[in-house]
Amino acid sequence: MPLILKSTLRGVCGLVCPHFEIGAYSRAVVTKGCNATNAGNRPAERGEDRLRNLLVLGLAGDESAYHAFLQELSAHLRAFLRKRLARLPDEVEDLVQESLLAVHNQRHTYDAGQPLTAWIHAIAKYKLIDLLRRRARRDLLTDPLEDELGLASASDAEAADARRDLGKLLAQLPERQRQPIVHMKLEGLSVTETARLTGMSESAVKVGVHRGLKALAAMIRDDA
Amino acid sequence: MKTDDLVTMLATGAGAVQPNQAARRYATAVGCGALGAALLMAVLLGPRHDLAAAALLPMFWVKTAFVISFAAASLFAALRLSRPGLSLAWVPRVVSAPVVAIWLLAAAVLMRADAAQRTVLFFGSSWNYCPFLIALLSAPMFVAAMWAMKGLAPTRLRLAGAAAGLLAGAVGAMVYSVHCTEMAAPFIGFWYLLGMLIPTAVGTLLGPRLLRW
Repeated sequence: MPLILKSTLRGVCGLVCPHFEIGAYSRAVVTKGCNATNAGNRPAERGEDRLRNLLVLGLAGDESAYHAFLQELSAHLRAFLRKRLARLPDEVEDLVQESLLAVHNQRHTYDAGQPLTAWIHAIAKYKLIDLLRRRARRDLLTDPLEDELGLASASDAEAADARRDLGKLLAQLPERQRQPIVHMKLEGLSVTETARLTGMSESAVKVGVHRGLKALAAMIRDDA
Repeated sequence: MKTDDLVTMLATGAGAVQPNQAARRYATAVGCGALGAALLMAVLLGPRHDLAAAALLPMFWVKTAFVISFAAASLFAALRLSRPGLSLAWVPRVVSAPVVAIWLLAAAVLMRADAAQRTVLFFGSSWNYCPFLIALLSAPMFVAAMWAMKGLAPTRLRLAGAAAGLLAGAVGAMVYSVHCTEMAAPFIGFWYLLGMLIPTAVGTLLGPRLLRW
């Protein structure tokens, strides 16, 4: 009888716990984030300055600086998220990519006078909490055992490929967004060339890229 | 998808980004929201008939100062909540300052008045519809503020929605004060505030759904 009671309790907890976990996670994340921002140790500060300079150059239109910024940022995000997603190692790379996409889509909200770490961590935390909330909602609907088994067999390969396929995601976009992204962002054509190739106006090309990347972020968010 | 491929894709043709987009978006939003509210007010209510005479009274300007400073404070809150990682430490202080000021004034006015006058000072003649008209006039600004915020990146959606609603309410009250003939501090401090809190509550409820990204 006590055994039955115990397993029932565990079952109930499984249903209830996801909500508690969100609270616990976000609290842990917030305190950790604060420590990271206020630590003020020299190497971290220098790293922050370098990263910030790369971003500021990138925002002014320097593409190679922006590429270097995103590259370094992905390593930083991976470390940041791996620490906070220790129980879900399979999700780390997906979330790194989701955060990178978010940073890119929201880069116009960075104010050069603001500490970069605070801005980055706020975005990563937002994406992290969003993921945990989504999982909690999904776990309520599906059998929790399935997830546990999946977790047990998951390996923590470093910088593993994320599970999603860019090609498949792009295929779901409307043509006015897909074509500008394929030509400009994947084939590296200029706005003018893309406009000529697609018969769209230059501003429509720019809008298409912008909206397309936002739509990609939304698709990733909603089916993750 | 490899993360390096994503990085390359994002960086390719990224181009320059216009600075100060938050300020620009909110300038547009407040312009459109206030214009929309003014049009609504002109069509539905009209300005008070004694506007020129009222403009000579100090209390008219106290009321105007209250709604304008409250709008500025809520704009500050909305700007802070629209971008990731900004400190919110000053937001409660800035937003509560105009409210505390009008409440102090209201308390002083009520203490000086005799009992019969107090009811009039508090209820005026329009308490039963004033908050609803403010909420009605805040509708254009509500849409505009949500649009501005949606184009930025709020990370605390409930609070951000509340700030957008507060800004809408404050702009609605600002425009409404051109029509409204009430000028007693107790009335302003309660019924105006109540009117501004209606869109704030709506924003708090809708924020998480409307502002996700």
